[in-house]
Amino acid sequence: MSPRLPAPPIPDQLKSAPQRAGEGDGKKSALDHGVEAGVSAVDWIDERTSLSGGLRWMMFRKVPKGTNWFYTLGSATMFAFLSQAVTGVFLAMYYTPSATQAYESTRYITNEAFLGEFVRGMHKWGSTVMVILIFVHMARTFFFGAYKYPRELNWVIGVVLLVLTMTMSFTGYLLPFDQRSYWATIVGVNINGTGPIVGPYLSDFLRAGPEFGATTLSRFYAIHMLLVPGAIAALMGAHLYLVARLGTTAPPWIKAETSDELATDEV
Amino acid sequence: MNRREKEEYLRKYSILKNKGKPFFPYAVGKDAAMACVVMIAIILMSLTFGAELGPKADPTTTTYVPRPEWYFFFLFELLRVIKPANFTPLATIGIPTICLILLFLLPFYDRNPERRPLRRPIATTAGILTIAAIAYLTYLGASAGSPTQIELKTPARYEAGALVAAQSGCLACHKFGENGNSGPGPNLSHIGARLPKQAIARTLINPTSPMPSYKDLPPEKFNELVNFLAQLK
Ligand code: HEC
Ligand code: HEM
Repeated sequence: MSPRLPAPPIPDQLKSAPQRAGEGDGKKSALDHGVEAGVSAVDWIDERTSLSGGLRWMMFRKVPKGTNWFYTLGSATMFAFLSQAVTGVFLAMYYTPSATQAYESTRYITNEAFLGEFVRGMHKWGSTVMVILIFVHMARTFFFGAYKYPRELNWVIGVVLLVLTMTMSFTGYLLPFDQRSYWATIVGVNINGTGPIVGPYLSDFLRAGPEFGATTLSRFYAIHMLLVPGAIAALMGAHLYLVARLGTTAPPWIKAETSDELATDEV
Repeated sequence: MNRREKEEYLRKYSILKNKGKPFFPYAVGKDAAMACVVMIAIILMSLTFGAELGPKADPTTTTYVPRPEWYFFFLFELLRVIKPANFTPLATIGIPTICLILLFLLPFYDRNPERRPLRRPIATTAGILTIAAIAYLTYLGASAGSPTQIELKTPARYEAGALVAAQSGCLACHKFGENGNSGPGPNLSHIGARLPKQAIARTLINPTSPMPSYKDLPPEKFNELVNFLAQLK
């Protein structure tokens, strides 16, 4: 027997009754034709990709009883990340990652580009929101004991996501290239340099050499807008796959009502 | 968790899951409502606080106290709390690295099958204490302010050097008399008695982490700074 996929929860009132023989005049309205065209287009894609099975598996899986608002924090983090990605693309259209022009291009974004300060503000404050959300989400999974069997791996992936998110904030802070970001970053890179074993290499890698130089900025930019977001997106995919695969936990205080037979089944 | 506990968990979970509701539309609806809250929060913050841009980065004038983004305050504060210089590596790498490793391995050493927060007193207390510590360190970092004044009694011909020191962010990590922070760097009120002038100059050019190098200061400012430090006895 092949595994049964969950079906969409359509209330009975909304399901259209099958046509009886002799009912209707046999002619199709424009709407029917439209619906049919849509259905056959979707079928065409599904025949070649089999996407619908995965979608049904992801969207119509059951979420345990008692799931509350705390369970929205993970997807809220993801949403904040998406907002960062979109505003980041618009900033990248105007930003120039060179020591001589970075400041000037940021000034242009802030003072002249249409809605520039608004988009830059969204990106800047969005980072704060994302960091808060990721910490609260982590606290939720911690206090609910959601990192325990069988979800250990999802916790580990989560910690990597946390480190990557902090890396985003750190590398992004330098980019406006004003006094504050410059000096804070120098100190930050120096602090990294005191790390065990890899510390000095990490600092050299970040600076693109032993000195804070002209290529440092473009290196931070590449890390900030390609390397780390790519890794975050990939790991988010893995994280979500595991959530769907294993199911979200029920709140720990909710009891499963077992039948009498099972309840006496103690060793 | 042993095998029996694992099986018991999976069995109870499948009962709860089967009694649940489909992800779409119930959970998706909540998630979407939350996404709207997040979006509105970001937009409101952007509109109220905007995006400031300070003066352009300039390696030769350091008129800024190095200050990280606020959510790194607790790491920077950790440096400050663990003051003695030989312990700095412990604060910078030791503690954060150990905390990170502990965080990574959490599911592997906490093998208690219990999940209710009140029935896991150690884990719950540790979690609350960690949050309190981070909150406290962040608060310390936020209230540290950015001092830019040195009130030590200075002979008139060294005033210029005192000004350079005050404007160069030294106070973020060093104490001069009553001013500045008492960590992560050592107190400099009597540095001249401890270090000869050349050694001070060498430290400024080639310092130990996390202190930044000040070799790009214009030469006359650099000399004023060194002269000022050398006479602090
Ligand atoms: C990011 C923090 C930071 C900043 C900013 C900073 N320092 Fe330091 N400084 C340190 C630390 C940490 C040490 C200790 C290093 C060690 O023990 O090897 C130190 C050491 C020193 C020493 C050697 C002290 C001794 O007893 O050996 C001198 C002198 C000094 N700093 C002067 C300055 C001056 C002058 C400035 C400003 C122009 C400055 N520092 C800015 C962190 C900082
Ligand atoms: C980019 C950052 C992250 C995103 C987008 C994300 C997203 C999600 C989502 C959507 C869920 C589904 C359930 C829920 O929302 O609570 C989830 C569950 C989970 N997350 Fe994350 N997460 C992130 C970071 C983290 C971090 C930092 C940790 C912990 C170290 C973590 C650990 C977990 C665990 C253990 C679960 C399973 C919870 C359960 O089944 O109840 N995640 N995550």
